[in-house]
Amino acid sequence: MIQARIRKTFPPRKDSSGFLLDVDFNAAAGVTVLFGPSGAGKTMLLDSIAGFVRPDQGRILLDDAILFDGAAHVHLSPQARNCGYVFQSYALFPHMTLRENLAFAAERRPRLERHRRVNEMLERFRLTEAAGRRPHELSGGQRQRCSIARALIGGPQLLLLDEPAQGLDAPLRAEFYETLRQVRADFQTPVLLVTHDLDECFELGDEMIVLREGRIVQSGTPRQILDTPANLDVARLLGAFNLLPGEIRTLDPGRNSSRVKLGEFEIDGPYFPGRLRGDRVTICVRPEQLTALARNGRPGPNQIPATLERAVEKPQSVRLEFAGGISVDLPRPEFERLRETREWVVQLPAASLRAL
Amino acid sequence: MPIDWFPLWLSLRVALVSTVAALGAGLWIAHVLANREFRGKAAVDAAVTLPLVLPPTVLGYYLLVLLGHRSPLGKLWEKIFGSPLVFTWKAAVVAALLYSLPLLVKSSRAALESVDRSCERAARTLGASEWKLFWRVTLPLARRSILAATALAFARSLGEFGATLMIAGNIPGQTQTMAVAIYDAQESGNSTLALTLVLVISAIALAILTLAARLENR
Repeated sequence: MIQARIRKTFPPRKDSSGFLLDVDFNAAAGVTVLFGPSGAGKTMLLDSIAGFVRPDQGRILLDDAILFDGAAHVHLSPQARNCGYVFQSYALFPHMTLRENLAFAAERRPRLERHRRVNEMLERFRLTEAAGRRPHELSGGQRQRCSIARALIGGPQLLLLDEPAQGLDAPLRAEFYETLRQVRADFQTPVLLVTHDLDECFELGDEMIVLREGRIVQSGTPRQILDTPANLDVARLLGAFNLLPGEIRTLDPGRNSSRVKLGEFEIDGPYFPGRLRGDRVTICVRPEQLTALARNGRPGPNQIPATLERAVEKPQSVRLEFAGGISVDLPRPEFERLRETREWVVQLPAASLRAL
Repeated sequence: MPIDWFPLWLSLRVALVSTVAALGAGLWIAHVLANREFRGKAAVDAAVTLPLVLPPTVLGYYLLVLLGHRSPLGKLWEKIFGSPLVFTWKAAVVAALLYSLPLLVKSSRAALESVDRSCERAARTLGASEWKLFWRVTLPLARRSILAATALAFARSLGEFGATLMIAGNIPGQTQTMAVAIYDAQESGNSTLALTLVLVISAIALAILTLAARLENR
């Protein structure tokens, strides 16, 4: 269990504006994903926990060990922290064989245990065949597994990964997800993983923390966050929503309904707690929650006529982009059926709308 | 006339001792310059580089003042070892050291700084002490450039002339190094000896530089 409450200020310089990292979170067993755009402070947070960055104030606790305490002037060296760190570049020692890389890391273990431990890890991460090779002779997947095995061999209390799947091609990425799932199953070590890839959060994350400009804007399971983004910022960061400006016309808590004006049309929505009549809001709805139909006379309830601008092929579906910034994901066969359509309407199911 | 090879052996010995000493001191200084931030870092850097730009006579003069019979350091040396430092072959080592040090510090610092920082950070998270990190990660990764710089420093020490002449003198059979012997032979009209020594030292220097280039490019 890692508990961190830290603040660090970077005063503005000539070449950069200032930055404030101000976070407070706990992460228990399983994989916790730190999600955010570049410059959100994710890597800095990881480096503060690993001991490469010294926060100005706060406290970092790993299980019952104090790694950092600003008030008590405790700041353990990275060596003393017992945190495994997988770097984006893997940072394998290029002058050592794979086995030597692991042995180097195993030296904090008792002497008699080392050899057995190295063999065990080689076996577990399917590296035995390649054990005598240097990093530049290894495949990308082997390098990646070696880097994770090396970080785990000393028995760390926490595993930190900095954008480990960044820049990998799809098969390697899938292999990495598989490896990390195995790690989660085999080791009790809690994992903190930095990423700016939403798919990765869902593939790997038990918990998810959304960071923006040095602060935590939301935390929860990836599913919770995608279903109920806390605010417009989170929704924009996730990049998975239609965000449409609207105005609330009526609200009826008794029937859990509302009327919302979107452009020149009025549609039904659910009751929006905490909102008032006349509020200008952003209606937030995911493209796969919408459907698009061929227009047939007058638009039905909750249907908006829309002009199709582009249809973008995706692996599982087709994304239809309409004028006014509305995107709809249609299953492939559905789109094939409607391919010849000239005039479209978009159907917005009332229950799926959220106001931010 | 048989050629007296003493100056060659002396030069090799002086170059060897000074290069070993410069390697030790240079690596330490380079490590500190590459890894630590402190006040006066730029001044230390400049001071180490100074011998490369100062006239050898100026350096010789400083050394005489600093290490001569009447200086505190000179007296201390005499107290410990029973004989003065200046005008011995050891003084020639000091002069050669001052010239090889900047070469080693400059190149080693660049070599140490070019080592992938994430490898060093990784070693730290794996619990490696700074000592273990330096000897087993940083130094092996920088070793080619450092070896090449060492060869260069050795070649430079071999040819040291000005400061050596001032602080070690020109005592045949005692402090007369190659460079000094060549000057001596040419001045006294012994051009055959001068030419022989010139060719020998050129050949050695060329061989060392070729080796250095191969070390770095491999």
